[in-house]
Amino acid sequence: MDKILEVKDLHVDFDTYNGVVHAIRGVNFHLNAGETLAIVGESGSGKSITVRSVLQLLASNATISKGEVLYHGDDLLQKSDKEMDKIRGNKISMIFQDPMTSLDPTMTIGKQVAEPLLIHNNVSKKDALKRTEEVLRLVGIPNPAARMNDYPHQFSGGQRQRIVIAIAIVDYPEILIADEPTTALDVTVQAQIIDLLKELQQKIGTSIIFITHDLGVVAGIADRVAVMYAGRFVEYGSVDDIFYNPQHPYTWGLLDSMPTLDTNEEARLNSIPGTPPNLLNPPKGDAFAPRNAYAMQIDEEEQPPFFKVSKNHFAATWLLHPDAPKVTPPAAILKRYEKFQKLGGNAK
Amino acid sequence: MTKYILKRIFYLFITLFIIASLTFFLMKMLPGTPFSNQNRMSPDQLKIVKAQYGLDQSVGVQYVRYMVGLLHGNLGTSFQFNNEPVTSLIGQRLAPSMQIGAQAMIVGTVLGILLGAVAAIRKNTWADTLATFVSILGLSIPSFVLAVLLQFYLAYKWRIFPVALWDNFQSSILPTLALAALPLGTVARFMRTEMVDVMSSDYIELAKSKGNSNWKVVTKHALRNSLIPVVTIIGPMAVSVMTGSMVVENIFSIPGIGEQFVKSITTNDYPTIMGLTIFYSFLLIIVYLIVDILYGLIDPRIRLGNGGKE
Repeated sequence: MDKILEVKDLHVDFDTYNGVVHAIRGVNFHLNAGETLAIVGESGSGKSITVRSVLQLLASNATISKGEVLYHGDDLLQKSDKEMDKIRGNKISMIFQDPMTSLDPTMTIGKQVAEPLLIHNNVSKKDALKRTEEVLRLVGIPNPAARMNDYPHQFSGGQRQRIVIAIAIVDYPEILIADEPTTALDVTVQAQIIDLLKELQQKIGTSIIFITHDLGVVAGIADRVAVMYAGRFVEYGSVDDIFYNPQHPYTWGLLDSMPTLDTNEEARLNSIPGTPPNLLNPPKGDAFAPRNAYAMQIDEEEQPPFFKVSKNHFAATWLLHPDAPKVTPPAAILKRYEKFQKLGGNAK
Repeated sequence: MTKYILKRIFYLFITLFIIASLTFFLMKMLPGTPFSNQNRMSPDQLKIVKAQYGLDQSVGVQYVRYMVGLLHGNLGTSFQFNNEPVTSLIGQRLAPSMQIGAQAMIVGTVLGILLGAVAAIRKNTWADTLATFVSILGLSIPSFVLAVLLQFYLAYKWRIFPVALWDNFQSSILPTLALAALPLGTVARFMRTEMVDVMSSDYIELAKSKGNSNWKVVTKHALRNSLIPVVTIIGPMAVSVMTGSMVVENIFSIPGIGEQFVKSITTNDYPTIMGLTIFYSFLLIIVYLIVDILYGLIDPRIRLGNGGKE
């Protein structure tokens, strides 16, 4: 498969009043043509900053201190803002989290959706509006010809997210970055939006980077999953690898804190104790060690490298080191391993 | 929209009626009479003059008479300014006042918007500091102080402009600048605060993510959204420009109505006070009406008449 996007050793720092925050500390990932990559992690783990670095849409106090963002082998970080303008909304576009605030309140939605077309293509206004109407119909806005002249406040939250999606796909981008596109919506609308994204991916053949902290949503949409913690990836692999053969204790914690059909109604949901580290002074060893019941001496001292689990499945935990003692994951994870074997995989 | 404007015009007349009534009685409470400094008149002569102007009647009767006249568009005759009808008095003096008032409002608002926008876009740089400094000066220096300073330096020392003259456009520049400082400062402050807010909003980020250049993000998305609250202060600003112009007209000897207003109050020139008060009120109500219509044009959420939704 073709790698259309590859991020290598990305570091992002934020200059704040209290000092420099090392928000992203060496992230590597790639995106294959046509696939959906989900990046999961808790709030503040750096998911949004990672994908915003791709488009260089960072706050003014942020600097990308190191790394490469290769789009078809071309390093986007070397491009000027003007050159990036030609890529944004054209080759790579973005769907934002909050549909209530993402649309310009004083511009008709027709004009807002047509804007990327008029910026990037030499088309007449008439043709752009015609295309806009088609795309609005595609994302499920009823009676688009008339509604194009309406303003954002005349639409519901779910409809507004459909419009935000229409803006992102109107110029048929190669890569669609969806930054928690369902977080601000209620559950029934979430499902509709996920279905819409899947349908659109098939129709226009775009690759998707999907950011979320909701593992349930991941299972519904992703081909591959990357788990992020404190500015680094800790584990990545296929959806089955992450859900049924997780290796990193942080992934165990995430999966364990998600209710399943077997969850006893009376029981309390599990949670991961503690809080993420302060990235003003990132820990020397594994950032997750203080919250990790399975942590060893070496976790405090040295950051674990990625160990290969299977062909496309990697996890950064010392537990996978050949010399590490064998540990037993939580019971719920063992149950998942059983399912993995039924699926035909080789669980550890 | 038409229905809305008709409704507002109806309210305008009610407001004017209330203002006219209140002013009438307040004015009658002022000490002295229009003729209190005419010592040479005998009591009999005074009586005749008073009868001629209807001032011998009770206040109630005078009030009814005045209001009936007002309904016919008759603002009465001035006691002081050569017995001229008040309407023609206002007519003659209107042009200069309107000219410097409008010039000051336009110069102040346009420059204020530019200054505020530059400050917001170049936030926390020397350009921002300079813009803030200028707008605070504009806000804090009273127009009459600025008028005198401009007069001293630009007119007296460097002889670029006339000191106090009213003939061509050049002579209107100094009074315009003196009056424009306040709206400029006010608008710049509002614009900066609002635009900083707008520039960090989600829809600006989305506009940038579409591939808009920074310039287009500002001109197509940020500017219009930042203007909404600025429109609000145009009304109150118009008031301060009008009151400011009374003093500034005096300093630059401009034959405007501001100067006349002050004189009419000190001499108890009842018809002129009434006429000018009603005229100023009318002007202000119209400004507020225009502001409300502008609102609807800039912000679709406040479209008038249909409550926003179709």
